[in-house]
Amino acid sequence: MIQKITLTPFNSFVIPFMAGVLFLLVVCIWKYIRWIRLFNEEQRAVLRKNWISWNIFPAIWEMLREGLLHIRIFKRNVVLGIMHQAYALGWFLLIVAGAMESMSAVRHLNSDNSPEFASELISQGNWIAYSKTDTPATDILQNNPENVKIHYKRPLHLAIFYRYFLHSNSPQFKNAKFYANLMDALLLYVFLGLTLAVIKIFRSRLMGMRNTTRHTIIDRFSKMSLWCIFPLRFLAESVTASLYGNGGFWTLSLAKLFDPVIVEGMEMSLWLFYSIMLTIFFVTMPFTRYMHIFTELFLIYFRKIGMTECNAKSGYSMFELNACSRCGICIDGCPLNRDVNGHKVQAVYLIRSIRMKERASVIRTMSTDCLMCGQCSIACPVQIDIASLRKIQRNKGAIDTRGNYSYLHGMRSPFNAMGRVAYFGGCMSHLTPGITTAMEQIFNAAGIKYWHMDHHATICCGRPLEQQGFFNQAAELREKNKRLLEESGAEMLVTSCPICYQSFTKEYKLDIPVMHHTVFIDKLISEGRLTVRHGQAKTAYHDPCELGRGMGIYNEPRRVLEAVSNPQTVKLERENSICCGFNLGNTVLGINDQTKIRNAAIENLTESGAETIATACPMCKKAFLHNTKQPVRDIAELVAENIILEN
Amino acid sequence: MKDFGFAIEKPRALDTDKTNRELYTRLLKREPSFARCFQCGMCSATCSARNFTDYNIRRIHTLFRQGQTQELDQMLKACMLCGKCTLVCPRGVNLRHLIIQMRKLLNND
Ligand code: SF4
Ligand code: SF4
Ligand code: SF4
Ligand code: SF4
Ligand code: SF4
Repeated sequence: MIQKITLTPFNSFVIPFMAGVLFLLVVCIWKYIRWIRLFNEEQRAVLRKNWISWNIFPAIWEMLREGLLHIRIFKRNVVLGIMHQAYALGWFLLIVAGAMESMSAVRHLNSDNSPEFASELISQGNWIAYSKTDTPATDILQNNPENVKIHYKRPLHLAIFYRYFLHSNSPQFKNAKFYANLMDALLLYVFLGLTLAVIKIFRSRLMGMRNTTRHTIIDRFSKMSLWCIFPLRFLAESVTASLYGNGGFWTLSLAKLFDPVIVEGMEMSLWLFYSIMLTIFFVTMPFTRYMHIFTELFLIYFRKIGMTECNAKSGYSMFELNACSRCGICIDGCPLNRDVNGHKVQAVYLIRSIRMKERASVIRTMSTDCLMCGQCSIACPVQIDIASLRKIQRNKGAIDTRGNYSYLHGMRSPFNAMGRVAYFGGCMSHLTPGITTAMEQIFNAAGIKYWHMDHHATICCGRPLEQQGFFNQAAELREKNKRLLEESGAEMLVTSCPICYQSFTKEYKLDIPVMHHTVFIDKLISEGRLTVRHGQAKTAYHDPCELGRGMGIYNEPRRVLEAVSNPQTVKLERENSICCGFNLGNTVLGINDQTKIRNAAIENLTESGAETIATACPMCKKAFLHNTKQPVRDIAELVAENIILEN
Repeated sequence: MKDFGFAIEKPRALDTDKTNRELYTRLLKREPSFARCFQCGMCSATCSARNFTDYNIRRIHTLFRQGQTQELDQMLKACMLCGKCTLVCPRGVNLRHLIIQMRKLLNND
């Protein structure tokens, strides 16, 4: 009769590891369930509707791309990319390859069914044998080796402490050596990331970062445990290798340097330390920046199925807050860091203080001080919706009551606006009337019937209020403008202010197309409805935050500018353009700080020897005007000057 | 008759011995640039809301200075926060922040 016995690897040092894994699992699941329950109505509806849809495939692709390969960081800086990738991909592959290795090993041991091998493992003291019957497993093995069926168990910790438990392998396991070398190569890869991370502390500029995040104590503590994990694993494996000759090329090369007699006593403690470091990392992970590891994957999924941030902190915000890895990539570009020192408003710090529930006054200062220039949102490799998170915080500190806009009740649109192009100059263009005049000339030259809806007075688009967290008042203003437009029967809306453009496009949900004037002029020129002459002025184009980073419009203004002038290259342009300093998203910075940022922007524009600064925003124009030797012109004005009138 | 937005104000007497400057002092702490205001009225002249109604931001901060704050919160709610006033102020007063802080103080925040 065949008797069954079971063998399972065990040593007391796996206890902390297993406890750590269990803790991590429970805390993560608990947190994720709590956050999903915090989803608001809209987010729940999205989840119910789309939780299973085709978008899962792009989501998985992005998880691989950004969670493991870190392509966005690569695009920013190759060395920084290698560092992040080595950690993420290296560790992930180490886990996968380790699992495969232990699986194959156990499969071969099971099929071998060799009593000698089992007895040897038991005698080493690291495998526990038991049987279902009353006879102890060791007795069965000794008395009846021919009729025994040995079953090897493969608990989670076998893969992690593999070389400690299996000094040699079944002769059938042909790939054993390959796996050992592969594991070593992967460990080497992770070490590469580790080395770069250490270098980054002293020479972050090598990785394209002028500033790095100032971490809290708990973050540093957790990082230390992470940094210890891999060297300890390497040491422990090498010592085991020097005793038993197992392991891959790298561990064996270190093992050669050890004297087995001397290191023998250290083996257990090294594996124990390795286990403890893993435990410390797992236990601290949910409370530190490393929570981003899993959270980012959830965030990508939710985002791909169409979830967005809302007007109040919700479960989705919790996922966003926890998906920030505090990588600090958002710090460098921030004008409040680069050109004005002493403002700790950058996304990384704001997100951390919200997540860590710092004092309300601290969070309030952080959320209001910023310019809303969007530089950090563009830089963030996790693509966290930082502007919305900030608005939610601002709303908490705002007196968000209804406004007193009864004076707008009488506003009516004229009867003859039907079918025309509505033109909205925006409040600011009342301070730069050259822009609206130029636009009127352009409309006339192209023979377009337009309705200048804010010729005499502007009902603000509401975005300045919205950005400061006055959601109710902003909605009231939007309601007024929307009704005017709908009543008028206009076919299309052209705006000169990129702030309004963004607001009308994203916040209004109009039925008619909305265009910024640069896009509109580009269309007129390319359709041949407007003929312009190529002027001689050397121009430098300033990308307004709200038009470029806010709406992704970079090419149309450049095409128009190329048609009417000689644009020069500007060092920091497109996504990296410097805010003019007067962004309406900020109310707190005084004139001194604003001036410093503006001067940095002007210097960036004029370095190339441009004779004229070209903008596409009344606000930017107003900010630069009279503060630089060069004339400052809106693209519309440059076009209007160079119109060739037919006949 | 065309309404130019200007009108003759009724004569008013103000007992300066009894003015309550407490709120004003607190406002100055929150937005020190306000001390630079020399009441030129540029802010009011350019104001977007002023184009529609008799809302007058310069008058509001004069009243605030004098402690006559009863109706100011309701008045300030007419502001659209468009920022033109801040941009034209020759003294670099940060009016948008001033307006937000006035409302906060008036709402005991
Ligand atoms: S906000 Fe984005 S860029 Fe900034 S630290 Fe977090 S993850 Fe990095
Ligand atoms: S929005 Fe601009 S000013 Fe604000 S934190 Fe981001 S980069 Fe800095
Ligand atoms: S976005 Fe600016 S310019 Fe446009 S309407 Fe609003 S405040 Fe005025
Ligand atoms: S424009 Fe400036 S200085 Fe003039 S009244 Fe207004 S706040 Fe005062
Ligand atoms: S921010 Fe308010 S007070 Fe200033 S100009 Fe605009 S509407 Fe007038």
